[in-house]
Amino acid sequence: TDVIIESSVGYFTEGPERKDDIVKAKQEGKELTKEEKQRLRKEKKQQKKSKEKKDDKPSRDSEKEKKPASAASPAPQTPTQPPAQKAPSAAPAPVPVPASETPSAADKPAKSKAELKAERRARQEAERASKGKKGDVGPQAAPGKPKAPPSELQPVVKRLPEHVQVDNPEVLKKLAKKLERQQIPLRSDYGYKVSLFSHLHQYSRKAPLTQQLGIPSTVIHPAIVRLGLQYSQGIVAGSNARSVALLHAFKQVIRDYTTPPNEELSRDLVNRLKPYISFLNQCRPLSASMGNAIKYIKKEISNIPSQCKEEEAKRKLLNCIDCYINEKIVLAAKAIAKYSIEKISDGDVILVYGCSSLVNHILCEAFEKNRKFRVIVVDSRPRLEGREALRRLVQKGINCTYVLISAVSYILPEVSKVFLGAHALLANGYVMSRVGTSQIALVAKAFNVPVLVCCETYKFCERVQTDSFVSNELDDPDDLIVTRTGTTQLEHWQEVPSLGLLNLVYDVTPPDFVDLVITDLGMIPCTSVPVVLRVKNVDQ
Amino acid sequence: MNEEELVEYFRAQMRKDPDMASAVAAIRTLLEFLKRDKGETILGLRESLKWATDCLTGEDSSVAVSSGGELFLRFISLTSLEHQDLSRCKKVMEERGELFLEKISMSRTKVAKLCHTFIKDGAKILTHSYSRVVLRVLEKAAAEKKRFSVYVTESQPDSAGRQMAEALRKLNVPVTVVLDAAVGYVLEKVDLVIVGAEGVVESGGIINKIGTYQMAVCSKAHNKPFYVVAESFKFVRLYPLNQQDVPDKFKIYCDFHLFITTFSEHSWRSCWCRVRRCSSLSALTQTT
Repeated sequence: TDVIIESSVGYFTEGPERKDDIVKAKQEGKELTKEEKQRLRKEKKQQKKSKEKKDDKPSRDSEKEKKPASAASPAPQTPTQPPAQKAPSAAPAPVPVPASETPSAADKPAKSKAELKAERRARQEAERASKGKKGDVGPQAAPGKPKAPPSELQPVVKRLPEHVQVDNPEVLKKLAKKLERQQIPLRSDYGYKVSLFSHLHQYSRKAPLTQQLGIPSTVIHPAIVRLGLQYSQGIVAGSNARSVALLHAFKQVIRDYTTPPNEELSRDLVNRLKPYISFLNQCRPLSASMGNAIKYIKKEISNIPSQCKEEEAKRKLLNCIDCYINEKIVLAAKAIAKYSIEKISDGDVILVYGCSSLVNHILCEAFEKNRKFRVIVVDSRPRLEGREALRRLVQKGINCTYVLISAVSYILPEVSKVFLGAHALLANGYVMSRVGTSQIALVAKAFNVPVLVCCETYKFCERVQTDSFVSNELDDPDDLIVTRTGTTQLEHWQEVPSLGLLNLVYDVTPPDFVDLVITDLGMIPCTSVPVVLRVKNVDQ
Repeated sequence: MNEEELVEYFRAQMRKDPDMASAVAAIRTLLEFLKRDKGETILGLRESLKWATDCLTGEDSSVAVSSGGELFLRFISLTSLEHQDLSRCKKVMEERGELFLEKISMSRTKVAKLCHTFIKDGAKILTHSYSRVVLRVLEKAAAEKKRFSVYVTESQPDSAGRQMAEALRKLNVPVTVVLDAAVGYVLEKVDLVIVGAEGVVESGGIINKIGTYQMAVCSKAHNKPFYVVAESFKFVRLYPLNQQDVPDKFKIYCDFHLFITTFSEHSWRSCWCRVRRCSSLSALTQTT
């Protein structure tokens, strides 16, 4: 019996082949088939985006129960099976656990994972024993995504991006479960986190997620593995660069994709992309632009008609992606440059911060159109991205000055305009950008220097944030360790119990400090961002 | 209709009714131009209308003429122009043009109707230079039997404030002419400030006769409400970042008066919000 169950586990834990299970499951028992059928039904519902049906509650409850069941093993709920079930659940469990032990600095994360698994197993057995299908499952699914609640019918369900909650053990458990189901290793946090930001992930660059993957990885396409590594090592950085790299990787995935038999491309491909997205999210948290790009691709895929042949469908999708890149990034940059050049007059002194591909493009275009101006590049540690911007501008022949951010109040009386790039524009008009941007905007406001933010519309996000704490990204704290003349003071910072290093990536600028936002739709005030979002939603 | 005829028609309209806004005269001229146009394509028609607007802007370089012309073009093209027959399209456009003209001719009355409620009995009002919209508002308030007194700035270099004072005296409103430099002195006595506008820009600020900005800054410092009354055709597609960013053609026009405009800071939300309430947001803006 053990042999049979293990082989069936092998089938059940592989995501794309779940549908084949139905045939095999029919031989195993009635409850299993019902479970599989319900899972299918749930997927159908999700993809048709239909409203809640009457049998949603029992199906959802059983589906919620399915999740804890499937995580360990998809064996049926009969009480006779649990001892046999422990054996197969132990089989997949040791595989990820020792893998995560090796690279991480402490043993604690691995142990807690095993603890979590034991807890989960115990809870499942308790549930199965009591056969309480309704109440118990509720709290477990409580910290779930904001999907439509069972009792209400919502015509438009806007799925806002979740806030990361690393210090909430329930949310962590759910995440671990989800990753295990998708067969993606969980990346463990590194080092002591400053208490205000303990709800965010903090990863070490020396421990990339790819070390925990087997070779060859059966679940994740190699282009995505490469992309994840490029993100986590900072080789591909910058909002536009990351989105474009993501879209190119997805194009490769689509090219190599073949529809399994008895499957529809529109549904299966979306499911295939989900583990990739989780993987990339583990390598480096997704940016707002990447989120919008993914939403677009998923929509395009699910809109492929079922009678479309595979070759044609793939060609269509590749075309869509090319169009998206062309329209939203390349042409948008040209439009923004056209509007911005009107705002650059001769004799201007323009201040830029860090390296924004869009702002650099605008300045190069303006220089080619023979505007006479000079640029002051402000830079900051530890990324020192301003040096890249400086290199690009000087190559064109633009007159540049380079300062660090500590000198910004010294240099501002000379400045006539400030051009800033943005990572995302939030729905309440706040600008999310590289850390230091809000500081520059604040000082510029104090000196009455106009601040212009340049941002394409595909970076507009539905999220609302008023401070930089709630949702941010923590970079590797080891980046802050400086070595001068061979000595570092902070080398052993982990040993000092009261010391924490904080390497924030983003911050949020209020709209009062921003005078103008230049988008591909034109020049708008910061408070018009929700109007643009509303129009975009109506268009879609 | 060539350039000379256009300009002559425009001037005739201005002479006929000196109280009419120059933008209204411009739009009347454009409507006449549309009727007499012998173009063969819709695109050609749009191009020639744009050319006509440019001519008129050359004649009278106020902000309102250019913004009015642009809004006129947008309003008439907003309907479905999918008719096969060009003459039918033209007819539709002419009808829309007449509708637009009718609406904006009524705009000053609408503004006055909306705004006079802000003037309470016993109010002391400060205003700047000569604005026909403000005059209409004060006329309406006086007609509603409200008792108020007005301080008008002299508004050099053309002393337009004196003209305003004369007009107000005819309405039996107690009026005092003050120096431009005395705005800070007199603000503690007044209850509210009402000014007109040459143009309303996209950031929410206004373009107006020089001296308005000082008045706005001072009234903010004194926490006095600052109201701007403007018709909807004065909304212009400009986004100036600071005083220097306003195009020069709007700053000076040398016709009979030397007319230098200024730009009011948009970050005073109180200013902008009140503009919303006072100006005539007619059905025109709803459709656009």
